[in-house]
Amino acid sequence: MAYSEKVKEHYQKTIEEIRDGGLFKEERFIHSPQDAEIKVEFPEGSELKELINMCANNYLGLSSHPDVVKAAHEGLDSRGYGMSSVRFICGTQDIHRELQDKLTKFLGTEDTVLFPSCMDANAGVFEAILGEEDIIISDRLVHASLIDGIRLCKAAYDSFKHMNMQHLEQKLEMHQDKRIRLVVTDGVFSMDGDLAPLDEIVALCEKYDSMVLVDDSHATGFIGKTGRGVHEHFGVVGKIDIITTTLGKALGGASGGCVSGRAELVEMCKQRARPYLFSNTMPPVIVAAASRVMDIVSGTTERRDKLEANTKYFREKMTEAGFDIRPGETPIVPVMLYNAKLSQDMARDLYAEGIYVIGFFYPVVPQGQARIRTQLSAAHEKDHLDKAIAAFTKIGKKYGILGLKKKELIEKFGL
Amino acid sequence: MLDEKQLKDTVLAYVKNEYIDDEDEADELTADTPLISGGIVDSFSMVSLKVFLEKKYQIQIPDSDATPEAFDTVSKIVELVKRFKGE
Repeated sequence: MAYSEKVKEHYQKTIEEIRDGGLFKEERFIHSPQDAEIKVEFPEGSELKELINMCANNYLGLSSHPDVVKAAHEGLDSRGYGMSSVRFICGTQDIHRELQDKLTKFLGTEDTVLFPSCMDANAGVFEAILGEEDIIISDRLVHASLIDGIRLCKAAYDSFKHMNMQHLEQKLEMHQDKRIRLVVTDGVFSMDGDLAPLDEIVALCEKYDSMVLVDDSHATGFIGKTGRGVHEHFGVVGKIDIITTTLGKALGGASGGCVSGRAELVEMCKQRARPYLFSNTMPPVIVAAASRVMDIVSGTTERRDKLEANTKYFREKMTEAGFDIRPGETPIVPVMLYNAKLSQDMARDLYAEGIYVIGFFYPVVPQGQARIRTQLSAAHEKDHLDKAIAAFTKIGKKYGILGLKKKELIEKFGL
Repeated sequence: MLDEKQLKDTVLAYVKNEYIDDEDEADELTADTPLISGGIVDSFSMVSLKVFLEKKYQIQIPDSDATPEAFDTVSKIVELVKRFKGE
């Protein structure tokens, strides 16, 4: 038998090490559609618990929206279940083209190509457009999927300190000898919810003749006045050479992603990006529903406005209650605790109070930066937020952390 | 001929500017502070250090030599540069 005792023990030991390190990830079984309120089985086999969900990427509350579900049904009926093909053989329907066109218009770019996920878009885009004469210069805190894509590409790599424009300028200056330069950043960084200063990045890239790639997965649909993304927020629509983004968060939350940008770069992805060439096309049912989502977000700002109001309310009330809330304007609201155990203990107690949140600690966030990350949604009503704030306040009192700032929290609980 | 002290100072200054934000921490960094095993530089960001050395000293460091161990302290990096400079 190839799977010998020795091999088995190796994996068992590794899994134990993950457990001992406090890094073991467990699934919680949700018995309802994704929404502001969900029914959860956790631990496995226990009775269902009703919770207010504060940790989904369901920013616009479209994951279970009746119009979106209806469009999915219609797509299933009219275009079938699967395509049994990659895009370029016999996996492209008229509705794929239609969705791509809607994304192009919404993002203010020249063209768009769909991928099975944004992870796939990020894995494929670099290798498709850059070679060994070129260089990629990324923010140090970009998403793991961008790092993976960069690793798969033969171009040289360098990085700049998180959102440090002076450092980026040094790097752009240093790499003037390369054929093509590409600066890479997240639009919204998912752990802190901070926005990359795209106006400054674009200005530097113009000065030093560099392209820009932005992963706007945590922004498309709701950041900017009409929800186009971080480029709209900073007034640089049309100046981002490549936007990668997802349909798996605000835009319905099922799956799928895209590369959108300069026509030639999108064409290169169709010719060379391996996840486009070797992975299945997006299924018709998801394409049809996503297309309806694009109509909704293109037609009205109602949902992003509600999300913005929810974000403002929650940030204000949590700060008033005495929590150390990292300032910002995105619906990613980190409640800073610094100590890893405290973040786990509080998340557990909040779960008991009916609030579903997750505590994050090293290595997901830097050492000594543990926090509970909360995420707002347009699906939340004021009542949901008030319940969450009340539960946070109750648990905050229990641990005596209300009103404490970073230094005092670290003094009290250690790092 | 490379001036070893100058080489060490250059690499140390680069590492401080490149990887450290806090001034107190920068003051504490010495040529023997573990960079990668000490969590100051992650193995992916190490690439930018390699690019800098190759450019500054006009050398090529093959990937097989650019190991986390070989880059773990400024002193080790200085040894590596000297080796590829043929000194």
